Amino acid sequence: MADLSTTFLGIKSPNPFWLASAPPTDREVNVTRAFRAGWGGVVWKTLGAEGPPIVNVNGPRYGAIHGADRRLLGFNNIELITDRPLQLNLQEIKAVKKAWPDRAVVVSLMVPCDEESWKAILKVVEETECDGVELNFGCPHGMSERGMGSAVGQVPEYIEMVARWCKQHTRMPVIVKLTPNITDIRYPARAAKQGGADAVSLINTVSSIVSIDLDRMAPNPTIDGKGSHGGYCGPAVKPIALNMVAEIARDPETRGLPISGIGGVTTWRDAAEFIALGCGTVQVCTAAMTYGFKVVEELKAGLSNWMDGKGYRSIEDFRGLAAPNVTDWRYLNLNYVTKAVIDQDLCIQCGRCHIACEDTSHQAIAATVDGRRMFVVKDEECVGCNLCIEVCPVEGCITMQPLAAGAIDPRTGLRVEPGYANWTTHPNNPMAQVAAE
Amino acid sequence: MSANRTAAGWASGRLSTAELAANFSDLHPPLDRHEAHVEADRCYFCFDAPCQSACPTSIDVPLFIRQIQADDPIGSADTILRANVFGGMCARVCPTATLCEEACVRNAAEGKPVKIGLLQRYATDVAFDRGRQPFTRAPATGRRIAVVGAGPAGLACAHKLAELGHDVTVFEVRPKLGGLNEYGIASYKAPDDFAQREVAFVLSIGGIAVEGDKRLGQDFTLADLRRKFDAVFLGLGLGGVNRLGLPGDDALEGVMDAVEWIATLRQTADKSQLPVGRRVVVIGGGMTAVDAAVQARRLGAEEVTIAYRRGLEAMKASLYERQLAQTNGVLIRTWAMPVELLGDNGRVTGITFERTAEVDGKLLGAGECFTLAADMVMCAVGQVLVPSDLGGEELPALKGGRIVVDDERRTSLPGVWAGGDCVAGGKDLTVAAVEDGKQAALSINRALMGVLAAAAE
Ligand SMILES: Cc1cc2nc3c(=O)[nH]c(=O)nc-3n(C[C@H](O)[C@H](O)[C@H](O)COP(=O)(O)OP(=O)(O)OC[C@H]3O[C@@H](n4cnc5c(N)ncnc54)[C@H](O)[C@@H]3O)c2cc1C
Ligand SMILES: Cc1cc2nc3c(=O)[nH]c(=O)nc-3n(C[C@H](O)[C@H](O)[C@H](O)COP(=O)(O)O)c2cc1C
Ligand code: SF4
Ligand code: SF4
Ligand code: SF4
Repeated sequence: MADLSTTFLGIKSPNPFWLASAPPTDREVNVTRAFRAGWGGVVWKTLGAEGPPIVNVNGPRYGAIHGADRRLLGFNNIELITDRPLQLNLQEIKAVKKAWPDRAVVVSLMVPCDEESWKAILKVVEETECDGVELNFGCPHGMSERGMGSAVGQVPEYIEMVARWCKQHTRMPVIVKLTPNITDIRYPARAAKQGGADAVSLINTVSSIVSIDLDRMAPNPTIDGKGSHGGYCGPAVKPIALNMVAEIARDPETRGLPISGIGGVTTWRDAAEFIALGCGTVQVCTAAMTYGFKVVEELKAGLSNWMDGKGYRSIEDFRGLAAPNVTDWRYLNLNYVTKAVIDQDLCIQCGRCHIACEDTSHQAIAATVDGRRMFVVKDEECVGCNLCIEVCPVEGCITMQPLAAGAIDPRTGLRVEPGYANWTTHPNNPMAQVAAE
Repeated sequence: MSANRTAAGWASGRLSTAELAANFSDLHPPLDRHEAHVEADRCYFCFDAPCQSACPTSIDVPLFIRQIQADDPIGSADTILRANVFGGMCARVCPTATLCEEACVRNAAEGKPVKIGLLQRYATDVAFDRGRQPFTRAPATGRRIAVVGAGPAGLACAHKLAELGHDVTVFEVRPKLGGLNEYGIASYKAPDDFAQREVAFVLSIGGIAVEGDKRLGQDFTLADLRRKFDAVFLGLGLGGVNRLGLPGDDALEGVMDAVEWIATLRQTADKSQLPVGRRVVVIGGGMTAVDAAVQARRLGAEEVTIAYRRGLEAMKASLYERQLAQTNGVLIRTWAMPVELLGDNGRVTGITFERTAEVDGKLLGAGECFTLAADMVMCAVGQVLVPSDLGGEELPALKGGRIVVDDERRTSLPGVWAGGDCVAGGKDLTVAAVEDGKQAALSINRALMGVLAAAAE
């Protein structure tokens, strides 16, 4: 059986599944229940500076996008950082770490952007003997209005500065949690690295309004007739997170920087994808909030069975294997020519492929053959775009088949060239340059 | 069309080979991967799930369904088989409408439960096809345990004991292992020799020796076993049957016991060689009566009637099973008590019933009679334990002819456990037999290993 244990910045955990800093990790009872259920680690709900505790709204703080049958696909919140007294959290963190020495306990922090504040909080957190700290530069709502959270995370110089203070004032590993609410994730990641951070974690939630209540004419969740933008997470944000993780994994300036992947992890497969892009651990919030801590059983068994099937014995065996295959568009092989092929035995003749292609693409799927309803790809029109495959309700019914080198592409009348050629050397490219590598 | 379709009396080959093949293939075709994913998506992953509580073996239904959703059928099968090593058979034969699926919260939501049984079958089929072995044996304990009877109760007990590191010897009188999984379950519920494939899987854990062709009470006694082994588990099932108690029920040709006829049917590979009557009457109101009647119809019997002495509500066969009988063209007649078997030349020709009525909770004959023509009469009026199997001297306590056990499936005799159909107060279901075997194994383990075992559980 595959070994799921991980060592991330020297922090050991029996499996890569950590609970992200959020309500599931806000108190000792939750965390104890989580560890009992089998989670490998937690990032404690973000602590603020000493002083009067944070105040949350007293009305609804969540909204959601549901699929058919009320499957929760996207989740939105306007919750702030922990609203419990600092000392209580610290006592509980200490007690939990002592009771669960084999699990990772990382503490998330967000204090005002001055050195003294960070120095003070690091000192008291260190006393809990937790395994590390995560700097929350991510929350897009509420705290950002007070110059914290994403207000810091959106300014690379601030990230670098705070990361540097933290590295100076603690011996603990420092993880910088990034906000996706920026234009290019590589800048904050580079700043974190410049400041000496040991790792980055991402993503925090995406600024969002989940829906508008058309009776009250206000955003959801509505607090006495008004609403505020919140942070979006859950299955819907995974693609955004994967891209950002990949960007950091392949940026020459940050390549090799340890990453804890977050955003929409719901099944073992999501976790495997983050790890394949290079993440050392993954963090989960929405899946736990939707289904309870027991989901970790599926995560662990699924990852382990998949690894067994592939012959991977440890997480390190496949970590990062997909990262080198993420490249720029201009390096994609233009000699790779594919055509859609419909398996007539599987086709249920719904016609979705036809109308999608006919109305919005390349008019490459016929709807009748010899006067009969039948859906067949016209190779002379098909550009191999994949639209039909994505809209076909029958998995595996339409497949994309590459043309062999030397074959004539009936669409262009050109011979498929062997080997690799990309845009950088393409004759149509006015800026044609010598292909890199 | 087969020539023998309407042959009078007793005849084989009433249907064509193609018709027979269709009639005796899967009653519910398995879900393919896409169907399984669509169905799994309907599960809410309930907290403290009612379906799990309703499963006698407490399979973690929400988890195994989520594992199907997450495309990990192997993990799903592991979840199932760890709770119930006969999860494959149970997926096929459990009356889910009165177990897990009856409890599913989707009933309250929309009157349609998640198809738990079919999903369980999907996952276990994948695991079987891939030759998955989810179990490893604990280090050998050196303890030896005798299991009598290789039905689901006995084999589930043997498997759990083997997993816990004990050495098990199974004694079985019939030529094939599996008990009623092999000889009783309706053919269309477990086609393609599934019972034997599953038995092979159960035994593949190792540590289970089989002594075939050995009958307790004849080749050895309970006292012998108690002397030679550290513990004994009795999973004898019910070897005997009740008779109609009418003159002719053991003499007239064409009058037979339903369980025995089903066993013959199960062991007949070429169903066109198996004779069946043109007019068949089955006496009884339980699962056996339904199975016998439906299989007789599927073999080509023209008229099949189930006659039961009380009303529909009192029948042990569930609504689902009654409907199965009816959609197979079986007529169910209630409030009818057999009073006379009619014969000609030593062959049965009909059966006369007296109408009944319930008066002050008592079933009484109402005087009026009617006769059904029949060339085959099957009795499905209950099975009984054969007490002589248990030997002469020291018997475990019995109640209503079955063995009395406590919560841990201990009998009144020290060192002797029992479970399955042979114990009193049971449900007489495969899944209940499996749970009995499992619980008895855990209890035996605690008894033999003491505190250590309790801590390890
Ligand atoms: C016709 C029929 C259909 C059924 N259909 C279903 C169904 O669809 N779903 C369901 O859940 N349940 C069904 N049942 C009930 C189910 O089959 C039983 O509850 C279950 O098999 C009981 O398991 P067991 O191990 O206690 O007994 P059995 O399966 O009867 O196994 C007992 C074993 O012990 C052996 N044995 C008996 N005496 C001795 C002896 N003296 N020495 C050695 N070995 C001995 C027998 O040969 C047999 O192999 C059906 C039963 C019948 C009769
Ligand atoms: C209700 C809620 C509260 C959150 N609070 C915090 C927080 O205090 N600190 C933090 O760093 N992230 C917080 N997050 C963000 C999560 O840690 C995580 O980054 C995000 O939800 C994406 O992961 P997911 O898709 O698995 O939910 C919160 C998320 C939710 C839903
Ligand atoms: S989830 Fe619990 S705390 Fe939240 S609104 Fe419902 S009952 Fe109240
Ligand atoms: S979308 Fe798929 S199933 Fe529908 S017609 Fe096209 S190929 Fe057939
Ligand atoms: S009760 Fe129904 S919906 Fe709930 S876990 Fe069980 S099968 Fe799923």
